[in-house]
Amino acid sequence: MNRRALVLGALLAAFLLALPAFAGSYLLSVATLILFFAYAGQAWNVMMGFAGQLSLGHSLYVGVGAYAAGGLFFHYGVGPWAGIWLAIALCVALGVVIGFLAFRFGISGVYFALLTIAFAEFTRIGFDHIRWLGGPGGLFLKVSQRETWDLLDLRGTPEMFYYVMLALAAAAFALCAWLLRSRAGYYWQAIREDEEAAQALGIHTFRWKMLAVVISSAMTAIAGVFFAFYYNNLFPEQIFHISRSIEIILGPIIGGLGTLFGPILGAAVLTILADGITEILAALGWEFPGVKQVFYGLVLLLVIMFLPHGIWPVLARRLGLAR
Amino acid sequence: MSELLSVARVAKSFRGLKAVADVSFGVPPGAIVALIGPNGAGKTTCFNLIAGVFAPDTGSILFSGSPIHGKRPDQVCAAGIGRTFQLVKPFAGLSVLDNVIVGALERAPGVSAARRRAAEIVEKLGLGAKSDLPASALTLPDRKRLEVARALATQPQLLLLDEVMAGLRPTECDQMVEVFRALNREQGLTILLIEHVMRAVMALAQTIVVLHHGEVIARGAPGEVVRDAAVLECYLGEEVEV
Repeated sequence: MNRRALVLGALLAAFLLALPAFAGSYLLSVATLILFFAYAGQAWNVMMGFAGQLSLGHSLYVGVGAYAAGGLFFHYGVGPWAGIWLAIALCVALGVVIGFLAFRFGISGVYFALLTIAFAEFTRIGFDHIRWLGGPGGLFLKVSQRETWDLLDLRGTPEMFYYVMLALAAAAFALCAWLLRSRAGYYWQAIREDEEAAQALGIHTFRWKMLAVVISSAMTAIAGVFFAFYYNNLFPEQIFHISRSIEIILGPIIGGLGTLFGPILGAAVLTILADGITEILAALGWEFPGVKQVFYGLVLLLVIMFLPHGIWPVLARRLGLAR
Repeated sequence: MSELLSVARVAKSFRGLKAVADVSFGVPPGAIVALIGPNGAGKTTCFNLIAGVFAPDTGSILFSGSPIHGKRPDQVCAAGIGRTFQLVKPFAGLSVLDNVIVGALERAPGVSAARRRAAEIVEKLGLGAKSDLPASALTLPDRKRLEVARALATQPQLLLLDEVMAGLRPTECDQMVEVFRALNREQGLTILLIEHVMRAVMALAQTIVVLHHGEVIARGAPGEVVRDAAVLECYLGEEVEV
């Protein structure tokens, strides 16, 4: 870590902390969304970027996490900080089942990705039939406009949600930075690069891949809890949908797979550009449904063609943070 | 039982094709043994059986007196056997040093201890100047060195070398031979190598085991084996100048 990195990091932190002071409500909601995707992307990056296990079904953990905490709040008035533990437990259990099936029976690569999609889809269909959680009609958490911060119930102003998400994103970043420099980080990267060679060096690959799934699913569960209390309405059709999984993974891929800043940068670039384009088109009076998806596709195409390792590695060199 | 590694009546078939049929040999502690033979003789399969990639159909493999056949590769490594791959398998996206750190973590209590240990080994294998380069940037001879460095980092008692001399120039080959001799002499490292480069085999091995069609057809001191009629017939073709 050189001095330049410290200065730039401090500037970024100061900017993010001060943002609500000068940002309007629209800008703040965009910033919150960016941080949400930065956080979820960071969680997904642990599995794919670090350990090389491609999950295309991370919406599963967002959804189950959201419904677990949302359901507890809706029916019993249990606050999110208690519900979060149920959310984590359920998501980790699901992750362990998927991981066990895949890693025990040698399902890897594309087949592993298909398995993760299948689980997310099954769960989506399953939740359509759970009346207790609203079924296809959705689950609506009681919204109360509050001018004060109620962190305990996660009820309050948009500023509060922004700061909660900022804290989560910062914590995820710190956790991943620490993991990457630990034994787990080295082992995951070895498994990602060549699993057979990793095994020959004494790595019990099953165990370490499982750890990646456990950490990633637990982190994503927390994203789900935030989602539930921020948006206050949950529909299986939306939250478990594969497009939500894709949204989560685009950030890290465009920002830089396996890097620490990639998920943050990717989320910022995608959200700002996608929302910007939608706004500009709306201002011109043109409304195309699905323009965001087309735009995502284009950006992905360009990044894969010209920056196969993502934007961050190139930017880091430009900023003098890496060789 | 004085052998460090003892392979007894081991057989392995793949879809009916016998890759290894009834192979037995031993490696005494501190020895350097070479496994030679024509392509398809079953040498690499033998390695994979020892290293835990496959379990043998029949027979037993003992290491320090304990059975290791049927164990997973990571368990075999933990038991004290390090290996290299014939087709090198570097962690391409990681730096040379990080590649070796992964191996060193097997016995090191933490990353910083593993880093120190890895740096020593990288230096010893002559990769010191390249330790920050990504492994993908290395030439083939350097990748072979990296394979050896990574395996050594796990601090094995027995090192399995699968054709690490192939593709090296004669002087590079001699340097590598020197590295192994020094490890053998100074640390008592036991080595079992598969090798086609007879220059290295003759310089290193105290015992040679010759495989053909999955069976041992000859074994003994290098001087005898290279004059063995059956070996000349199937493998060496003519008497080699030593």
